[in-house]
Amino acid sequence: MEKNILELKNISYSYHSLHGETKALDGITFGVREGEFLALVGPSGCGKSTLLSIIAGLLPAEEGTILVNNPDGSLRYPRVGYMLQREHLFEWRSIYKNVILGLEINHMMTPERLEYVNSLLRDYDLEKFRDKRPSELSGGMKQRAALIRTLALEPQLLLLDEPFSALDYQTRLMVSNDICRLIRRTGKTAILITHDLSEAVSLADRVVVLSGRPATVKKEIPIHLTLQDDSPLAARNAPEFNEYFNQLWEEMKI
Amino acid sequence: MSVSHANPNHSDLAGEVCDMHTETVKNKPQASANQEAFVREHRRHHHQVAFYRIFFFLLFLALWELSARLNWIDSFFFSSPSLVAKCLWGMILDRSLFLHVGVTLLETIASFLLVFLISLLAATMLWYSQKLSEVTEPYLVILNSLPKSALAPLFIVWLGTGSTTIVVAGISVALFGSIISFYTGFQQVDSEKITLIYTLGGRKGDAFRKVILPGSIPIMLSTTKVNIGLALVGVIIGEFLAARRGLGYLIIYGSQVFQLNLVITSILILCVIAMGFYKGIQYVEHRIKIQLKM
Repeated sequence: MEKNILELKNISYSYHSLHGETKALDGITFGVREGEFLALVGPSGCGKSTLLSIIAGLLPAEEGTILVNNPDGSLRYPRVGYMLQREHLFEWRSIYKNVILGLEINHMMTPERLEYVNSLLRDYDLEKFRDKRPSELSGGMKQRAALIRTLALEPQLLLLDEPFSALDYQTRLMVSNDICRLIRRTGKTAILITHDLSEAVSLADRVVVLSGRPATVKKEIPIHLTLQDDSPLAARNAPEFNEYFNQLWEEMKI
Repeated sequence: MSVSHANPNHSDLAGEVCDMHTETVKNKPQASANQEAFVREHRRHHHQVAFYRIFFFLLFLALWELSARLNWIDSFFFSSPSLVAKCLWGMILDRSLFLHVGVTLLETIASFLLVFLISLLAATMLWYSQKLSEVTEPYLVILNSLPKSALAPLFIVWLGTGSTTIVVAGISVALFGSIISFYTGFQQVDSEKITLIYTLGGRKGDAFRKVILPGSIPIMLSTTKVNIGLALVGVIIGEFLAARRGLGYLIIYGSQVFQLNLVITSILILCVIAMGFYKGIQYVEHRIKIQLKM
């Protein structure tokens, strides 16, 4: 079994206001293995996004620690790529200028990285649209552009905060299929937040079920599907799919 | 891919582009009869609007001239188009027109540019520091609602009677509203877009340069349109009180010596200047929008 590259230990977080505090996360503990696709499911408003923000380093945890366990033994926090719910492409930039935004901010506009961005644009059929404005693209294309913007920085850990929730069902299946295949192909570690149980079962290697607010880890369910081809669309036809779905459904209900 | 203009509700599938730009209509080799009729009707409407605008202006001039000639109104008090034209011609001949118009124009443009720079700087500082913005808020609100003409006598005492006083008066009228509008515009930018910058490893400065500034261009443009008018108001107030040159001075001078032709001529020139400024800003706005493809 591969090592955990990140280990969350007893992470707690509360929101404070003058009316009192609201505990959002209560002693969250789980590990993330290298190259693993992990799904976090839980009732809406349970603090999943807060947890992701803490892992991304945007919010400091109030209690608990995150242990880093790099394969090379270094203590550097892995480079994190965070995909938000909405694609947030800037209308005043062309698609190309949008996808290189991260490189621009980090002063990493090297020829190699720009070439990598170009290859991603080619892979995702967006090359023709590189000089278009975001409003000229369909929802699925915008989401793919947002993914390229995240991948341009070559993150070691991808955090996906319901990135498909704003898409219509058909586009959603296609885009999640695309994104999952890419993540598998490049062997990246990813944490996906979703409240769509079938999405969680079809995409993830392991599902962590969180309870309602304050969130605690209720159960971890490893997913093993017998598949000929490793795509999320095919996964929906795996014999074990329904069993896992029902198991998650029961966990969420209680 | 075919674009159906009759049905804008096409499904939003991956790989399909919604190209609804008007250029595609122009580029089509053969427009349908309905399309041609639409374009014709559109042009007709605009020609009519332009015609009526000019028509009412000429009608007004004719009625004015006629009532002065027929002594329905006293042309000593109300002047008349021909007297205004004579007055204008006299001012062109003795070159005083260019001096007064030039001075007012320069002072207004100077105030306007300074208002833009100062309010951009101030709004930026307020955006950077939440505390500063909360501390200064009541001051800004009070200064904004204070009638700035009340300050003009103070400016004269402090700064003397010269262009400095007048530019400061122009700035004082537009500045505080402009700071408030810019800052409000900065705050209205979607906070998730700022989060996005942070997820890409950016800092507050990156958020400002990449999101806040470009995202506030529309609101800055509309504020600018208001500012140029307010700067002109401030400059004229200043010239009323503390100038020997400029259109404001001419108006006050004319009223004091009962040369109402001069007053009315100056007011009409001000109308032309105001229209010129408006058109100028509109042109700049248009260029910026084309540049940014907004």
